Amino acid sequence: MPKVTMTVNGMAVSGEVEGRTLLSDFLRDDLGLTGTHVGCDTSQCGACVVHLDGAPVKACSVFALDAEGAKVTTIEGMANPDGSLGVIQKAFQDHHGLQCGFCTPGMVMSAAALLKENRKPTEAEIRAYLDGNICRCTGYHNIVKAVLAASGQDVSRIAAE
Amino acid sequence: MYAFEFARPRTIAEAVKALKRDEALALGGGQTLIPTLKNRLASPSVLVSLTGIAEMKGVCRTDDGMVAVGGGTPHAVVAREARKLYPALAALAGGIGDPAVRSRGTIGGSLANNDPAACYPAAVLASGATIVTNRRKIPADKFFRGMFSTALAEGEIIIEVRFPVPRKASYQKFRQPASRFALTGVFVARFDDGVRVAVTGASEGGVYRWKEAEKALTAAFRPSAVEGLKVSPKGMIGDLHGTPEYRANLVRVLTARAVAAA
Repeated sequence: MPKVTMTVNGMAVSGEVEGRTLLSDFLRDDLGLTGTHVGCDTSQCGACVVHLDGAPVKACSVFALDAEGAKVTTIEGMANPDGSLGVIQKAFQDHHGLQCGFCTPGMVMSAAALLKENRKPTEAEIRAYLDGNICRCTGYHNIVKAVLAASGQDVSRIAAE
Repeated sequence: MYAFEFARPRTIAEAVKALKRDEALALGGGQTLIPTLKNRLASPSVLVSLTGIAEMKGVCRTDDGMVAVGGGTPHAVVAREARKLYPALAALAGGIGDPAVRSRGTIGGSLANNDPAACYPAAVLASGATIVTNRRKIPADKFFRGMFSTALAEGEIIIEVRFPVPRKASYQKFRQPASRFALTGVFVARFDDGVRVAVTGASEGGVYRWKEAEKALTAAFRPSAVEGLKVSPKGMIGDLHGTPEYRANLVRVLTARAVAAA
């Protein structure tokens, strides 16, 4: 089987994969990084969003071999070095931006991608950017609130749900 | 997914060679092809990924004033890099799918697939762009051959798309919210020598030029110019999202909106 080498959360990793092995499968099954969730496996739900060379991608719709030499960041790479929650993760916790938590890894990764290109997004910009991330529990309000809070903006004007 | 061998060439020449193998298939960003493979609707023996070819990526202005987009350029990059060079094209690219899809999906992949509801074909046809492949240059008017069908031969790769930049342009998309494709989309481009109007998402024949509107808008470039025009529902797509009549009406409404926004 062909070998693939990439950097995941700052660590050099490699493994033998099939041509058809998806990045999501490589991360979960070969590396044991099960924080990347596979919800739909049809690139609709966004639970599997990771960063590939800095850009958000649905890991279920990228082949592992296409990530050869790339830098990948998963939800496991979002915590602070001491293991405490990162800013976006903490905001999700503080503002109840999750219920069952299944979509949360993808939500956090998409939010991180947004805040990298737009440090102070408006509520509408946050909603538009999270278009490809589906949550069946929260009704989104608290997720939007969490992202707004993570960007250091006032969230008091958004009604509590 | 059926098993296949995966090739990731680094140059166009290597990719062309790899695609000569038996039952080889080119892979762009994979946002359509990977779901297709998962459903076992395609079974290549070799999948030739074009994502590692640096010479096929990026946006620039050519010496003759056109905007050239590399065939392997993801939508997100076009949305960013074409913003000043061709704002209507950048806006269209920034409205395809969702952010994660835009990171991967490419203009070449979209055009080669020619989904009848894809956005890019409308921009290419309305702009009168040229599709540059590893073998030849194909004018937009000769490229699209109906739903999921193009002038591309087997193993032919879209290297670059060259867009003449209109004086004014706008793409108006009535979004199908679940798929994020165009339920119907209209790209209007006003050049010094006339107006071109391309419609996607509506016709069973895929993207097409609405010549009557082009004539009316060339005579008078204002939304009211298309008000009196009739669009026949015959040959329009009918599905659970909209009837042929509904789509026919959208064609006129979106054209007027595009003219107003241009």
